[in-house]
Amino acid sequence: MKQRLVVVGNGMAGVACVEQILKHDHNFDITIFGDETYVNYNRIMLSSVLAGEKEFDDIVLNDIDWYKTNGIGTKLGRRITDIDAVARTVTDSTGEVTPYEKLLLATGSNPLIPRMEGTDKSGVFVFRTLEDTRQLIQLSGEDVHAVVIGGGLLGLEAARGLQVRGCKVSVVHLADTLMERQLDAAGGTYLRRKMEAMGVDVLCGKSTTAILGNGHVEGLRFQDGSELAANLVVIAAGIRPNVELGRKAGLAVNRGIVVNDYMETSDPNVFAVGECTEHNGQLFGLVAPLFEQGKVLAATITGRRGPEFKGSAPAAKLKIMGVEVFSAGQFDESMPGMEAIRYEDPAQGVYKKVVLRDGVLEGVILVGDTSTSHRYVEWMKSRENLSAKRQSLLLPPPSEDKGLDIAQMADHETVCGCTGVIKADIIHAIHQQGVCTLAQLKERTRASTGCGSCTQLCTSLLRAVAPEFQEEKPKVLCDCVPFAQDKLREIIRTQKLKSVQEVLDIYGNGKGCEVCKPAISYLVDVVTCGGHEEDRSARFINDRVHANIQNDGTFSVVPRMRGGVTTPSELRRIADVAEKYNVPMVKVTGSQRIDLLGVKKEDLPKVWEELGMPSGQAYSKGVRMVKTCVGTQFCRFGTQDSITTGIELERRLENLYTPHKTKMAVVGCPRNCAEATVKDIGLVGQDGSWQVVVGGAAGKGVRKADLLITVETTEAALEAAELFFQYYRENANYLERTYDFVERHGIEKVRRETVYATDDMRAKLLDRLKKSKDRSSDAWLERRNPRTTQFVQIEPIATMEARL
Amino acid sequence: MTHDNSNWIAITNASNIPAREGRSVSVGHTEIAIFNLGERFAALENKCPHRGGPLADGIVGGTTVTCPLHNWRVCVDTGDVTKPAGHSACVRSYAVKVNEGIVYLNVAEVVEEEAAA
Repeated sequence: MKQRLVVVGNGMAGVACVEQILKHDHNFDITIFGDETYVNYNRIMLSSVLAGEKEFDDIVLNDIDWYKTNGIGTKLGRRITDIDAVARTVTDSTGEVTPYEKLLLATGSNPLIPRMEGTDKSGVFVFRTLEDTRQLIQLSGEDVHAVVIGGGLLGLEAARGLQVRGCKVSVVHLADTLMERQLDAAGGTYLRRKMEAMGVDVLCGKSTTAILGNGHVEGLRFQDGSELAANLVVIAAGIRPNVELGRKAGLAVNRGIVVNDYMETSDPNVFAVGECTEHNGQLFGLVAPLFEQGKVLAATITGRRGPEFKGSAPAAKLKIMGVEVFSAGQFDESMPGMEAIRYEDPAQGVYKKVVLRDGVLEGVILVGDTSTSHRYVEWMKSRENLSAKRQSLLLPPPSEDKGLDIAQMADHETVCGCTGVIKADIIHAIHQQGVCTLAQLKERTRASTGCGSCTQLCTSLLRAVAPEFQEEKPKVLCDCVPFAQDKLREIIRTQKLKSVQEVLDIYGNGKGCEVCKPAISYLVDVVTCGGHEEDRSARFINDRVHANIQNDGTFSVVPRMRGGVTTPSELRRIADVAEKYNVPMVKVTGSQRIDLLGVKKEDLPKVWEELGMPSGQAYSKGVRMVKTCVGTQFCRFGTQDSITTGIELERRLENLYTPHKTKMAVVGCPRNCAEATVKDIGLVGQDGSWQVVVGGAAGKGVRKADLLITVETTEAALEAAELFFQYYRENANYLERTYDFVERHGIEKVRRETVYATDDMRAKLLDRLKKSKDRSSDAWLERRNPRTTQFVQIEPIATMEARL
Repeated sequence: MTHDNSNWIAITNASNIPAREGRSVSVGHTEIAIFNLGERFAALENKCPHRGGPLADGIVGGTTVTCPLHNWRVCVDTGDVTKPAGHSACVRSYAVKVNEGIVYLNVAEVVEEEAAA
């Protein structure tokens, strides 16, 4: 007969412990209750989700299949409200009573709300759960002034996340320096400088007494009487163990639920793990000890009582891209017997300190460069006497060769501090289980599933030991800047980069080439909605002179003729220009326009001026044309006004860059005279509705466009086209046509994230499109204000004749 | 080849050639592409050895320029073709200097060529 094990809490600690139990021979029928509605996810990565570096899917630790495969009863969105330790039952928020033989409390902690007025106002948040994160993402934006109360690990991560989402952010901190629980004053000051350099305001030594506002938050008041305006407040002032159920079960509870070295509580049938526990007077808020506790508990509860939890030195790593902070152990050298060794480089923002007692490492602080953190963690564990190494303690490891560093690691050395995976575990997984990718290693050993700081080390180990190591290398844009385009887009967005050269200098070789420069030009433009610093040297010649270069170095000129509709006076001007500038060929294009071929570069501004028509962008990876049929205006079969609609569509999207050229068509009936179903975006009119189709092609390959949506009104059709257009701009790789893009993502996903997305997502897509559009203009207007000498044929100051 | 003072001619204000871009200039009967590499200038005959494309219109990456027609890459200092690999073709290069904001080109080779012609 199986024993019923009820686990209260579906967070990292509880589920990690269940994972350990499953590794043992056990006799449990396990049910997990979680008050959140999500599967087990990596809570410490929520900061990365907030900062847009990761999506929710990226931080899932155990998907629903894991629960099913392991036969675990899963009750999500149900909070346990009561425990009857005598009858051995729990009651959940639906009132249902569930009996248990063994009970595991993994209730975690709750955000600590400091005593102040007004914490119940709307616009006041904590940052603990995925739901909190979602709300913060939804509310953040450019008109938001967010104040984060608390300058600890979580507060700073929240601040940076909100900031990259566009908010103006201030951090208000009670202590005089940031992260004072992990950093000394000097380290805190280095960190403060980094946060301020990123644009986050920092106010230290400020005690908040009230959140102001009439219903919704409007600001904060401090003890010194000063006030600060804000329309969003995040309280990140610390956490408090969630012990309520422990009390209800009659367990011994101090600040946390008291557990012994075997993770037993005062009730022989009840165990506890994670942030809700207190061990030897110590509380826990970081992930590494929780995994350790889970292992011990798994042994105890499955009848293998023996391994003991010894507590662990606290270690913390700040997860903000570009702000590296690591701290472990005791860093206060003023305590008896402690001595500190420091390294400082203010110009580089690097501060390091180790604290020794009798030659043994007791603590370390690293700001600005945390690449060597695992060395210190190992030394703290091994208690090795470092007296002989004093001189080199703060210098990088002697060898630049990572392989050597790994070879020198002893088998028992820890690779992943969060999960306690040692080198030998990884070697075993590689040799015995055939692991050869990082994803497999994560799945098999759980290494690198916590804070992620050991990912590099795991990869190096795989590379060194696994015979068939497969680098999970996304296709990089170019060797000059070796990142995939998705990653570059994320870097540009989160790091707020605005120019091609910045991207190349910081993330690449500083030079770039004809492959990456136009791509990065596109990315900085689209990510900033046109707010980038335009660098014409990074654009192809066509985008410097707004004409298409021909094989003899001359250019072709295609004026915009929206919807393929022109007028006698336009035609007359075109004819005049063609004659005046001896244009060698005038040709009607396949896109219902007129092409003047063979124009000299220096004549381009005059030609445009005399044409008096806007650029048709026939030279760029941008919006080409909207081809139309005659439609209801004249056609006896027409069911929709394709010409007016086509002209309007062209007006709404013209002048914008796209990942590759974008061709469109609008037809007034399903006879499809303007071939809308083989265009990037097509509108097909029918009686009483429009079909909006996307991803069509009639080039090297032919592909029939997929139906995006059918709508009744012209305005709805135009909006659907706009949604797809902006989604394609934001998500496709540079030089990826819509037909490849739609195939890669699948039309279902495209529909889900455009026309069937939430109101908010759709509004934001349209808003970003509008922003880009507002900043765009007809490129041919540069004829009057050239950016540089781009059209000029330079005449030498002195002539050759003078020389000869 | 003579590089004495008499062969330097003033071409244009340095500010007329933006950083990491090229501009073409006719000297005698020769089209020359002058590149602003940021910290210095370089010059090549404005004619890709592949199909004669205008190198001045290419994208500059470090010390190479890529022809806009078919993406051949040429070293702006030596004139050597670096992409596609294995080509011995070479573009003529010219000495350039900047003095008080004016770009000067050493045209000794142009002079020799035109005298020969």
